[in-house]
Amino acid sequence: MHLHEYQSKELLAKRGVQVPRGSLCYDPLEGLIAARQLRSDKVVLKAQVHAGGRGKAGAVAVVSMDEDIRARAAEVLGKRMVTEQTGPQGKPVSALLVEEVLHIDKEMYLGIILSRGSARITIMASPFGGVDIETLARDKPDQIYTTQVHPLRGLTDYKARAIAYRLSDSKKIATQIMDVIAAMYNTFLELDCSLVEINPLIVSGERVVALDAKITLDDSGLFRHPEMELWRDRSQEDSLELSAKKDGLSYIKLDGNIGCIVNGAGLAMATLDLISLHGGAPANFLDVGGGASEQVVGDAMSILLDDNRVKVIFINIFGGILRCDVLARGVIRALRRQQVAIPVIARIEGTNIHVGRRLFEESGLPVQMIGSLDEAAKRAVEVAKTV
Amino acid sequence: MAILVNRESRVICQGITGRNGTFHSLACRDYGTKMVGGVTPGKQGEFVDGIPVFNTVWNAVQETGADVSLIFVPAAHAKDPILEAVDAGIQVIVCITEGIPPLDTASVLYTVREQGRFLIGPNTPGVISPPEECKVGIMPGYIHKPGPVGVISRSGTLTYEVVDQLTREGVGQSTCIGLGGDPIVGLGFVDVLKMFKDDPQTEAVVLIGEIGGSAEEEAAEYIKAGFGKPVVAYIAGRLAPPGKRMGHAGAIISGGSGTAQGKIKALEDAGVTVVQNITQVGTILKDLLG
Repeated sequence: MHLHEYQSKELLAKRGVQVPRGSLCYDPLEGLIAARQLRSDKVVLKAQVHAGGRGKAGAVAVVSMDEDIRARAAEVLGKRMVTEQTGPQGKPVSALLVEEVLHIDKEMYLGIILSRGSARITIMASPFGGVDIETLARDKPDQIYTTQVHPLRGLTDYKARAIAYRLSDSKKIATQIMDVIAAMYNTFLELDCSLVEINPLIVSGERVVALDAKITLDDSGLFRHPEMELWRDRSQEDSLELSAKKDGLSYIKLDGNIGCIVNGAGLAMATLDLISLHGGAPANFLDVGGGASEQVVGDAMSILLDDNRVKVIFINIFGGILRCDVLARGVIRALRRQQVAIPVIARIEGTNIHVGRRLFEESGLPVQMIGSLDEAAKRAVEVAKTV
Repeated sequence: MAILVNRESRVICQGITGRNGTFHSLACRDYGTKMVGGVTPGKQGEFVDGIPVFNTVWNAVQETGADVSLIFVPAAHAKDPILEAVDAGIQVIVCITEGIPPLDTASVLYTVREQGRFLIGPNTPGVISPPEECKVGIMPGYIHKPGPVGVISRSGTLTYEVVDQLTREGVGQSTCIGLGGDPIVGLGFVDVLKMFKDDPQTEAVVLIGEIGGSAEEEAAEYIKAGFGKPVVAYIAGRLAPPGKRMGHAGAIISGGSGTAQGKIKALEDAGVTVVQNITQVGTILKDLLG
C-alpha cells in the first residue's frame, strides 16, 4: 500500500524528522489561505498522487504570491495527473500540499528497503539527491552507499554515523542525518514497510530537512496495522482491482480484449505470455488461487463479464486442490446469471476433469473445451479477432 | 538419491489438525512419505488417521526422530513455528503459508541459515522426490514420475504444468522444488543448483523463474561459472506492467529491474536454453535427453 507524500512526512515528523512548514488543501480557496499563512513571497504547490516523476509532469510548482494562487491550485485539483509512472489515463489529484520554499544548500538521498538476496534491511544513501535512485544507480553508481542492518543487533549508531559522515563532513549536519536515519529505520520496522525514502533530504543553512518522502507499506504486514487502512486512498487504485481483492482474487487490468482466468500466479503470468506469443492481447491478469471455491470462480467470471472490452474468455486451470467440477459449476452459474453471449475457451486439467467436462457439455453454453494449452491459447486469439 | 528429502526422511506436520494440515499430511502419506507425526498445541495424545499428534516440535522429534517439517499455520503466527522447528533440530523446513510479513521471514531466516538448516518457502508448494516416493508439500503427486530431471521454480501451478508435460513426454523427475512466491524466501536457485550439481541422479535441470528480484540473474552467473549440466529455463511475466504485484508478493518489476527480458538475457548469456512458449518445455527436455 502506497502512502502519499503528506502522510509519509507526517509519520517521519512524528519521529522527529524536520519537514517544511505547510498544510494539506482540498480546494483552491483552502490553498490560498494555506499559502498566505506561510507569510512568504513564494510557496510550493505539490499535487498528491501515488506516482513518481511529479516534478517533470508539472505536479510540483513553485508559485509567487503575486500570482493568482486559487487559479494555480485549480489547475491541478480535481484533475488527472499523468506522469511517466501513471500510464496514459493518469491519477486523480484530490489534495494539494502547500509548503514553504526553502533555500537549498545541498540535496541528498536516503532510502531503506528489505533486500531480497541477503534478507536484511538495507540502507541506501547518496550525497546526490533529487534524482530518482534508478537514474542515480545508472549515472553515479559509485556515489551510492549501501549498508545492511544485522537482524539481531538492529541499527547500530556506528553504522548510521558512517553513512551520515559520507553525506556531510559537518558534525552539526551529520548528527541530524543520523537522527533521520534512525527515524526512517524505526518507521520501517514498526509499520512493516517495503520502502521508506527521503529524496531529497536537504541541507538548508544549518538544518537537515526532508523535502519529499515516500513510504510503502508491505501488504503482507498490513494486518498488524489496521489503523493504516484509514490512510488508503482508493481513488489512486483501480476500482476493479480493489473489488477483486475484496473477493480474494488477484486481478490486474491490462490493455487487451481476451479475458483470462487462471489458478496460480505463475501459470497466470505464463498464460498471458502465451496469448501474446500467439498475437493476442490479454485484458487482464486474474489468479483465482490454488484452492478457489465455486463462489470465487463465479466472482472472477463476473468481473470479466462486466468488462465490455472482453471479447472472449480464456480459462486455464491446472486443478490440484481446485477441482475441475467446482470450477465448471462456478463458470456455468456466472454465465447463466449474466446471460452474456461471450464465447469461452476452456483448457482444464487435473482433479475431476471428467465431471467438469460433462458439466460443460450438458450446459448448452458456448464453452469450447480444448485439451492442449497451446491450441487453446491459439483458438482464444483467433476468436478474439473474429468477434 | 534425489536432494533434500528421500525415502528415509521422517516428516512431521506443524498444524496437522487444521483442514489443510490434515488433508495434505494424508496426501503426502498416500504418496509414500513417512509421515511420523504432527504438532498442534493442546492435542498431544490424539491421532490424525493414525498419525500421532504432539504439543511441541521438541516432543515430536524426541518420540519420532523427525528431521523434516511441513508447516501449515496462519501467516500472523508463522514465525514462531519455524524457530521452534530449528531449535528442535529439524533439518528441512517446508513452509506452505502465504502472506507472512517479509520482516518476519527475514528475521527467522537469519537463525535458519546460522544453524545450517534449510527453509523451503514460505508461500511454496513444497518439495517432491519421485524416485524416493517422498512428497512434502501440496503438489498433486500423481502427475510426477521418477527420472533424471530436477525442477526448480518460484511458482506452484506453473510447476505442475511443466511437470505434467515432462511426464506426458516420458521424462521423469529427480526432485521438484518450489522456492516460494514471496520476496524473501529460504532456499534460492543457486542453493538448489549446487545440490543438483552434486546429485548423480539429476542429469538436467528445468528452472522456472518469474519477474521480480534478481535470483534468476544470480542463477545465470552460477551456471556460467560451470554448473556442468544442461539447464532449460522459462521466465513468466514478459507482459507484466511495472509496479504491479502479479499475484505473488515477490513478482513485481520495480524501478526497471526484475524484468523478464533482463532475466532471459542473463540466462541465455550463461548458455541456458530459454523457452519462449511454456507448452514446449516437455518436448525440449525429451529431445535434450534423447
